[in-house]
Amino acid sequence: MTQSRARALLLTPAALWYAAMLLLPLAVVLIFSFGERSAIGGYAPGFTFEQYANLPARFAAFRNTLTLAPVGTIAALLIAYPLAYFLAVKVSPKWKTMLLVLVIVPFWTSILIRSYAWIFLLGGKGIPALLETVGLDDVRLLNTPFAVLVGIVYGYLPLMVFPIYVALEKLDKRLLEAAADLGTPPWRAFLQITLPLSMPGVLTGSMLVFILLMGEFLIPAILGGGKVFFVGNALVDLFLQSRNWAFGSAVAVALVVIMLITVGIYTRLVKRFGASRDDVGLM
Amino acid sequence: MRLYAWAVYAFLYLPIGIIALFSFSAGRSASQMQGFSLQWYGRALNNPFVMEALWTSVRVAFLSAVLATVVGTMAALALTGMRGRTRKVFDLLVQIAVMIPGIVIGIATLIALVSVFDLVNPWLEALTGWKLSLGTGSLVAAHGLFTMSLVVLLVRGRMETLDGALIEASGDLGATPMGTFWQVTFPQILPAILAGFLLAFTFSFDDFIIAFFVAGAETTLPIYVFSSIRRGVTPEINAIGTMVMAASLFMLIVAQLLLRRSQAQARR
Repeated sequence: MTQSRARALLLTPAALWYAAMLLLPLAVVLIFSFGERSAIGGYAPGFTFEQYANLPARFAAFRNTLTLAPVGTIAALLIAYPLAYFLAVKVSPKWKTMLLVLVIVPFWTSILIRSYAWIFLLGGKGIPALLETVGLDDVRLLNTPFAVLVGIVYGYLPLMVFPIYVALEKLDKRLLEAAADLGTPPWRAFLQITLPLSMPGVLTGSMLVFILLMGEFLIPAILGGGKVFFVGNALVDLFLQSRNWAFGSAVAVALVVIMLITVGIYTRLVKRFGASRDDVGLM
Repeated sequence: MRLYAWAVYAFLYLPIGIIALFSFSAGRSASQMQGFSLQWYGRALNNPFVMEALWTSVRVAFLSAVLATVVGTMAALALTGMRGRTRKVFDLLVQIAVMIPGIVIGIATLIALVSVFDLVNPWLEALTGWKLSLGTGSLVAAHGLFTMSLVVLLVRGRMETLDGALIEASGDLGATPMGTFWQVTFPQILPAILAGFLLAFTFSFDDFIIAFFVAGAETTLPIYVFSSIRRGVTPEINAIGTMVMAASLFMLIVAQLLLRRSQAQARR
């Protein structure tokens, strides 16, 4: 048996799997998005742009997603960066791995369970009760955009810390020593050396978190209480409750297109900063 | 700086700790600690709905992880050192599978499968009296698609760090290509394969969003937990959550140990 035939045999099952469970479903979504809703729900064949023209009906979901996803990404970045810096630069090698693993572990446990823990913390008997003792009455946290933001940052923080850590870890410490010898104050050395050289990690982390946030459903469903909803929540409603498959497909296509545009801009940025994608490594 | 790090770790672990703590409460309130007991663990483990959902989750996670590991490893082996169009197409497929949001994969799979079933079921029923529906099969196929891509990335990464000299030496000493594979290559990539299996299992076991769409009449444990939360949190859910997290943690530690071994081998 020739090598190329062996390769073809090894690849066939994976190719079939991708064709049946990835390409076919994505094609169906695209086709359905040009169709119509049948009288009993589901899908009726057709070719119309009506569903796309209808997209403004879900404006609130897109607006919430497109505000809270970037805000959540930036908030996660601001919290993650100092921690990644601390782990990469300040911690002794003995503790480094341990502390890093402790950041990653929550990411691999059920996000459903981790998110609902915040119902206790943000609910009436949690933080609001604490605030009451210092005189702040009637603070509502649960089912607000703030609750969703906390959930987002909490859920995706590990994914942000890891790539930034990798970038900072690779940074040549002699550059900083040289800068100090030449009389550069630490804050300038940070702005001119550390920060630019860690940009690949920052971009990788931000992109990973942003992509995942764009498709988020669980966190707004659990902590937003139906008041703060994302495109993901609109999709669940359209497919499982109102069973409007054609319109739901158009919403899904719009979501993916917005994502692809963002990824396109991202790749440009990455090229400019010379980042490599393998920074993500294995989470 | 150190204080800041402590604060972030507290932020990461406080919610997890609270669930674990409340799960040992003796009272009926889910958001308060009233004495210590294991009764909610007993309740959870004796609840037939919980056990049924757990069994579904384990079955789906195991089957999808086995399939994803075997098919993903085969693909990774073929892709290593490959150039040209096929390689590019596969790289793209892996990227799409990992990047498209889970929720879009979920709805796409749902409507595609339902449409295909509607098409073939009348024929199938007439011929065999049996018809296709969403359930374990669709869960396994949808979870496996994503985790197979993870396995491809992991195993290919390991293959690319293998020492080519060992394989050449094995050939020079008269081993057949098959013999070389099983005696030289396979033992070296085994830790990466096992780690891939465990990550695949954990992903499938924890996944809510894809399962929510393609589970059909089946209920997986995350779906059970989600619908219970909708009705109000109980200490029983805290106990289930704690057990699920402990199980994921265990799998994760084993996967990490295996990966570390595989990296140590690569350095040797």
